[in-house]
Amino acid sequence: MSHVLAVLEQRDGSLRKVSHEVVTGARRLADALGSGEVHALVLAAGPVQGTEASGRYGADKVITATHAGFGQYAPEGFARVAAEQAKAGGYGAVIFAASAQGKDLAPRVAARLGVPLAADVTEVAVDGGAVIVTRPVYAGKALLQVKVTASPAVVSLRPNVFTAVERPKAGAVETVAVSGDAGRVVVKGIKAATGGSLDVAEAPIVVSGGRGLKEPANFKLLEELAQAFGGKAAVGASRAVVDAGWRPHGDQVGQTGKTVSPSLYVAVGISGAIQHLAGMRTAKVIVAINKDKDAPIFKVADYGIVGDLFEIVPRLTDEIKKLRG
Amino acid sequence: MKIAVCIKRVADSETRVKVAADGKSLDEAGVKFILNPYDEFAVEEALQRKEKAGSGEVVVIAYGPQSAQETIRTALAMGADRGVLLEAASVPADGLVVARALAAELKDGGFDLILFGKMAIDDYNQQVGPMVAELLALPCVTCVAHLNLAAGKGTAEREVEGGMEEVEFPLPAVLTTDKGLNEPRYPALKGIMAAKKKPLDVKPAALGAAGLEVLALTPPPERKEGRIVGEGVAAVPELVKLLREEAKVL
Repeated sequence: MSHVLAVLEQRDGSLRKVSHEVVTGARRLADALGSGEVHALVLAAGPVQGTEASGRYGADKVITATHAGFGQYAPEGFARVAAEQAKAGGYGAVIFAASAQGKDLAPRVAARLGVPLAADVTEVAVDGGAVIVTRPVYAGKALLQVKVTASPAVVSLRPNVFTAVERPKAGAVETVAVSGDAGRVVVKGIKAATGGSLDVAEAPIVVSGGRGLKEPANFKLLEELAQAFGGKAAVGASRAVVDAGWRPHGDQVGQTGKTVSPSLYVAVGISGAIQHLAGMRTAKVIVAINKDKDAPIFKVADYGIVGDLFEIVPRLTDEIKKLRG
Repeated sequence: MKIAVCIKRVADSETRVKVAADGKSLDEAGVKFILNPYDEFAVEEALQRKEKAGSGEVVVIAYGPQSAQETIRTALAMGADRGVLLEAASVPADGLVVARALAAELKDGGFDLILFGKMAIDDYNQQVGPMVAELLALPCVTCVAHLNLAAGKGTAEREVEGGMEEVEFPLPAVLTTDKGLNEPRYPALKGIMAAKKKPLDVKPAALGAAGLEVLALTPPPERKEGRIVGEGVAAVPELVKLLREEAKVL
């Protein structure tokens, strides 16, 4: 029997939604390893809103480690405290989100523990007591199945893949003040992006546009469609329009942008170059709207409409609005 | 300014992935290999920093097979001064093994900056840079999209969900580079000729015990054949109906 440590994420004193996915993944692994407990770790400057919900997703215990220097992400301080907790608890596995913060933090913690990191995985399983993970490689053109022979197994989970599942446990919250240096690397703050707070990598619905939009101002059509989904959708972009300066790099979906796995991906005026497919092929449902019926995007799309996006998108926006009343 | 850039030879992003006979690796027959695109930002940044400082050295280091010498020559053709290949038959899945070998090579180098691309486009591991930083006890900022350096200190911006994180750090430091930091130069003919004469040191890579064992490399599951719902605006109501009733995503 082995316990699992889930390292959660907060911003501005509120737990981030991706943390529920981390607890869900950790719970699944703890059950597979044999009735182990899930301990969730939150690093913050003070109490964090939403931590108590971790019990609902399967955390037996939530430890909030507080430090005056943890108001913002403190890479070195977080890594030190997480590694200390991982060592002290003798965990069989340590789980992170492969979010912007998790991708920075997990390798540091793994190095401190002297073990490798199985990064950005889309599946976890246990076989004969060993953690087995699956990770997309070569831009999603292949899956690598890897057995973790080191202990603890340090794993980061691709956002939006481990859909949060309720599996109630005690989830008792305890707060521990930690001391020591917060580190030499200091985050001064986050400059908000102009688009909106929902990131394409984490949004349940992504509406992406490509060169077919013809000019930057026409992305307004996609923003209206995204809004029709009622705060659940983010607007993405193909590499071509990001390189042309129409949209910020943060919105780019694809091999040199973000990898997204939303439940619905709507590709508008995107032909579907392999670099783009790399970033969105793990979406649960793909819709393509393109005037070229031979565009490669239709090969991966579940549903396609061939035609003029300038007519189709506004109509789709209306229909979605109607549906949502 | 003395700068190290750690680079990787990777399969081109256009590569059609065919699994080798061992069922665990890429069949390299006919595959074109390139300098990892994110590493190009790191090489470019190093060259610009050295040019700005007016003096210094840019050393490129690769962990990989003998053929990674070509990748190092590409960076030398861009303008790096010398190269080091830590030669190993292949690059292990365990990023810490690679990080340990690189850290041992970098440790006594007296570098002001150690740069990496934010990730390699083959294994998507995205971990060797920060691991090297931990092993060398150096400050590290990952995914740097804007960078200012002055008087032994730096400020960087890195993209996070919904914005740009502003970070301060002291030098020397390890940084990993993201798209947006600069526009990598193409090697000019003169640079390509010069690169042939630049020093390239080849030594065996230290092979540590790996904590990850590759079981299989497989093609991703095929997406179920999709369908064209219809043409033009008339197809929209049917699409919405399918999304709601069949796909159940609305």
